[in-house]
Amino acid sequence: MIASTLRMGRQRRVLPGFGLSLGVSLTFISLILLLPLTSLVGQLAQLSASQYWFLITDPRIVASYGVTLMAAVIAALFNAVFGLLMAWVLVRYEFPGKRLVDALMDLPFALPTAVAGVTLATLYSSSGWVGQLLEPLGISVAYTWVGIALAMAFTSIPFVVRTVQPVLEDLPAEVDEAAITLGAKDAHAFRRVILPHLWPALVTGTGLAFVRSLGEFGAVIFIAGGKPYETEITSLMIFVKLQEYDYAGASAVASIVLATSLALLLAINLWQGRFIKRLHGGRG
Amino acid sequence: MVRIGDAPRVKRLLIGIALALTALFLVLPLVAIFAQALMRGIDVYWHNLSDSYTVAAIGLTLLVTLLTVPVNLIFGVFLAWLVTRFEFPGRRLLQTLIDIPFAVSPVVAGLVYLLLYGRNGWLGGWLDSHDIQIMFAWPGIVLATIFVTCPFVARELIPLMQAQGAREEEAAVTLGASGWTIFRRVTLPKIRHALLYGVILTNARAVGEFGAVSVVAGAIRGQTNTLPLQVEQLYQDYNTVGAFTSASLLALLALLTLAAKAALEWRAARRETAT
Repeated sequence: MIASTLRMGRQRRVLPGFGLSLGVSLTFISLILLLPLTSLVGQLAQLSASQYWFLITDPRIVASYGVTLMAAVIAALFNAVFGLLMAWVLVRYEFPGKRLVDALMDLPFALPTAVAGVTLATLYSSSGWVGQLLEPLGISVAYTWVGIALAMAFTSIPFVVRTVQPVLEDLPAEVDEAAITLGAKDAHAFRRVILPHLWPALVTGTGLAFVRSLGEFGAVIFIAGGKPYETEITSLMIFVKLQEYDYAGASAVASIVLATSLALLLAINLWQGRFIKRLHGGRG
Repeated sequence: MVRIGDAPRVKRLLIGIALALTALFLVLPLVAIFAQALMRGIDVYWHNLSDSYTVAAIGLTLLVTLLTVPVNLIFGVFLAWLVTRFEFPGRRLLQTLIDIPFAVSPVVAGLVYLLLYGRNGWLGGWLDSHDIQIMFAWPGIVLATIFVTCPFVARELIPLMQAQGAREEEAAVTLGASGWTIFRRVTLPKIRHALLYGVILTNARAVGEFGAVSVVAGAIRGQTNTLPLQVEQLYQDYNTVGAFTSASLLALLALLTLAAKAALEWRAARRETAT
């Protein structure tokens, strides 16, 4: 197949470097991506179906699915609202320090997750700057699912802001004007006129934030505290099993995490593709 | 012109909420890192920085980054050239494959490398008999970091090179230029900024990777601790000031990354308005 591919490339293309770039890319992808991933398949193949089922339905693991999902849903919803607000404010308004705020939005991607983790855990612990303010109110964040959701939300802040921002920038002013001359109030006009335009970007960004939150590890483990059945996330369970040299168990749980995130990523890409097609009159 | 949400009251309210939330969620953690690191004064800070384990962690982090960035740079350029300059079956599949590391949880990324190169892994036995250690040593850390950061350069280059098209390169071919000359003289000047941006992102993630690295490193003090692992270890030892000292270096690097990114975007925007 590769040989015929090579011939096709040569016939159709005048540019040099097809063979070389194909060779480098395929070698790299095979060695760095595919070979390690097949080792997971190989490990799983040694398990019988009932063993596999037993490993992935262990009550402690199942509890961790629940904690991870719930916290990731809350983090993604928070980011949908916060990201939309930030994108709106950064595109539509002028205020001092705007460029600084804009640049800061990327901080969660630039800051190592372990640093975010220890910082949030310190801030929100009962003696931390924020934690000691919340404690008299009866709110504890560190070592609860609230803290997990908070850490997940922090690391995925940029997704919604950065997907909604360009769409909002490209939205022509006539859209606003039409709504306002028709006498619509702000909130109503936003919901009926602006939001439908932003919807595809908003859902994509929220989806990406959700996928990222499901797999987050470094930022979460410090603030989570790791109480079995209560504040253990699934990626921590994989880590714990590895430390106990339980490679089969770790692989089984990892396969669930991997399949979930790949399926979600595929769904997001398909959803995005559908909208792009519609926007370009089916030529996408 | 009247636009939605332009009433001064609405505007002030929304900007107010946005700034308050930004301060709480982004600025406060940043300030806390430096405040914690400098809690016992600058002398203790320097003392913590020059701790031999911390210095070793800095060294290992630099080594990992210096190996990871060029590898992913070369791969990213080749892949981008391949998928934007040629039509061939499987082109879309390649573009999808390269996104996998973004979807995979870092712990899972570490796990698959452990399964492959670990003592009981597929290659582990052979490596063991040849006395080559990859897991729980720096080569494993480098491999896991390459895995986690490999999409960044390609992802920056592909949309740009797709939009630019291949006309100028094709013209260069008809003038008799060689492949390397075409890349260096025609393509590179057009993709310079995207390439630099991709490198900045790769670098930031390579320095800060935690989940994948903590699985393959085995955390041997002074030997396989990268800076993020050092942060974790000191924090677990209740050495908060020490942990935040190492964290402050990483935060500083994050701030530099943001500044470099902002500068690149600003220059790109200025060039756009100039033309």
